[in-house]
Amino acid sequence: MTSYILKGGTLPNGEKSDIYIAGGLVAQIAGTITDPGASSAKKIDIAGCMVLPGLVDLHTHLREPGREEAETVASGARAAAKGGFTAVSAMANTFPVADTAGVVEQVYRLGQESGYCDVYPIGAVTQGLAGKALAELGAMADSEARVRVFSDDGNCIFDPIVMRRALEYVKKFNGVIAQHAQDPQMTKDSQMNEGVVSSRLGLKGWPAVAEEAIIARDILLADHVKSRLHVCHVTTAGGVEIIRWAKARGIQVTAEVTPHHLLLTDEYATSYDPIFKVNPPLRTKSDVMALREGLADGTIDIVATDHAPHPAESKECEWQVASFGMIGLESALSIVHATMVETSLMSWNDLADRMSYAPARIAGYEGHGQELRAGSNAHLTIINPTLSWKVDRDLGVSRSRNTPFHGMEFPGSVVATFFRGEPTVLNSQLVPSKAQNEI
Amino acid sequence: MRHLLSASDLSYAQTLSILDTAQEMARVSEGPVKKLPTLRGRTIVNLFYEDSTRTRISFEAAAKRLSADVINFSAKGSSISKGESLKDTALTLQAMGADAVILRHPASGAAHRLAESQWTNGSVINAGDGTHEHPTQGLLDAFTIRKHLRAGIGDLRGLTIAIVGDILHSRVARSNVILLSTLGAHVILVAPPTLLPLGVETWPAQVSYDLDATLPLVDAVMMLRIQQERMDDLFFPTAREYSHYYGLNNNRLKLMKSSSIIMHPGPMNRGLEITAESADSARSVIVEQVANGVSVRMAVLYLLLAGSPDEDGVLIS
Repeated sequence: MTSYILKGGTLPNGEKSDIYIAGGLVAQIAGTITDPGASSAKKIDIAGCMVLPGLVDLHTHLREPGREEAETVASGARAAAKGGFTAVSAMANTFPVADTAGVVEQVYRLGQESGYCDVYPIGAVTQGLAGKALAELGAMADSEARVRVFSDDGNCIFDPIVMRRALEYVKKFNGVIAQHAQDPQMTKDSQMNEGVVSSRLGLKGWPAVAEEAIIARDILLADHVKSRLHVCHVTTAGGVEIIRWAKARGIQVTAEVTPHHLLLTDEYATSYDPIFKVNPPLRTKSDVMALREGLADGTIDIVATDHAPHPAESKECEWQVASFGMIGLESALSIVHATMVETSLMSWNDLADRMSYAPARIAGYEGHGQELRAGSNAHLTIINPTLSWKVDRDLGVSRSRNTPFHGMEFPGSVVATFFRGEPTVLNSQLVPSKAQNEI
Repeated sequence: MRHLLSASDLSYAQTLSILDTAQEMARVSEGPVKKLPTLRGRTIVNLFYEDSTRTRISFEAAAKRLSADVINFSAKGSSISKGESLKDTALTLQAMGADAVILRHPASGAAHRLAESQWTNGSVINAGDGTHEHPTQGLLDAFTIRKHLRAGIGDLRGLTIAIVGDILHSRVARSNVILLSTLGAHVILVAPPTLLPLGVETWPAQVSYDLDATLPLVDAVMMLRIQQERMDDLFFPTAREYSHYYGLNNNRLKLMKSSSIIMHPGPMNRGLEITAESADSARSVIVEQVANGVSVRMAVLYLLLAGSPDEDGVLIS
């Protein structure tokens, strides 16, 4: 294993330090590295760059098994590394569904083989994501993949009895239920946020209350059975308000927001370009502002990408025919940088918390989300905050091109990512997998 | 101007110019030779993903009176159920050399997608997209109102026009609200609260739940078709109750000014949103709307394919 000295970078707390990486760990952080073993280390000048703990995504669609033309575990892991992630969570809505120990172990193993980041499978809550019968949650928890986060994402667990039982059952192994909050009856055939824009465009509306009613119900259920609820992709000001209320009462609820909901509004649907079609839908400007405020004050715990790759034909069509979803692994950090740090709503320390410490803590990913200090795992993300870049869908690492940010310019380019003490990205380029072990 | 996708594509001057041109076209249609050579050699495709005999025939007649070649491409059901994507169909039409595509589609925004894609070079005319818009219907309604209430001259300032019924799902209502307000008319939308879209207060129109209170104010009333499935989705309790509050009947006719006119984009549900007496009364201009549709569509085709109007919308020099 090669050892490295990263020279002249800035830590999230603003301190300038050199970082010595050896044996997969951060061996020393100091103004001058004094470790006797460091003399043979490879020196990398990162003056002017920011060093963050490796990013952790709690909501990623990797499409394997079953939809490999859109993404594989390996291609998704590479896209994750390019975006500065060292751990991602593979959602369960694959074909077959990740509702058995066999499937989650397969996904876990494919992640390990990729070598670009840790891939933690999320298990389905119900068999086939059908919302009726519980999947074998215990078997998935005890499997090699050690699943702790369960979600029917894409589908809402609508039956309150099923939701209650799931919340109760996972207490046995300190699991958490990540709910996709969407009342299916209120959103049948819905296409976009219900409001002034949907009314003008004649696209069937998706009311905020369809999300908020489920969030409120689940919070009350989680309180009742004293279990842990995680609310996926909150999009409405009302949802933020309900979660704020729940946290004030000490209810064990955590929540995530996606980069696209921090930036884009339903006005983008005016183009009828389904690149902006996503579930849950883009909301209004006042929702975006409430989400930013909620993320800044900690009501919303984390940013999660909801990276959702789709093949070209799923978006080259009428809005109503198109699939929901957008990719986001490679642009997430820059969007949070632009919407939260450049706006002075959050510090770099806050960003490290929302994109690394907190998601790892919620999901129980030991070894990730550690503060940078001697002895911690060497999962690092290094960005040049002054280097802006333009999103080009044709230059992405993901197998799919369905980014809504094509042509937009963002601050903060990922210069390097270190995973287990080795670079997966160096000089802003993905390190080729074969060479990776030889560096 | 290359496409007509929404009534909001049209400025005040362009709208008036289309109405004036349509008047010229109507004169041609009434003459001994009903044909102009203007679009000879041009190919116009009627691409219809929904059944709509009325609109298709109207466009076909308009194109033929301008001497264009017309291809009717009727995709029964939608591209979804047929399996062929809109993109592939558009590429096929492009290969056939279509100068204009007249698109009727169940998906809101389909005409926008076609126009903004690289799939076709031709002009795209929206002949009704989902619950979004139907701009040529708006134009023919404005033409009809102007003819009866403004002697075919100028705009519609000073007129009050009620649009009654399923505003929420109506592409006719959306185009009419935009177009009539462009022309200066005062628009009142009348419907039960369930059939009004969220945010309707931002539209350039007044809203009322009360048809009886509205009718004495109006110069024209436009009744919209009520679809049976709306009742199943609980937008109103029963057809009988709907008719009771929002149907145009003999008693309500008496509330209207004697000069006012009755309109309906068709097809009508006689006995539901409009009674036979109302539909067939002397004040009804419903049949005439159909005839005016041809003139207005001739004007639109002329504008998009033959004319090169400047910013002021001057069409014919």
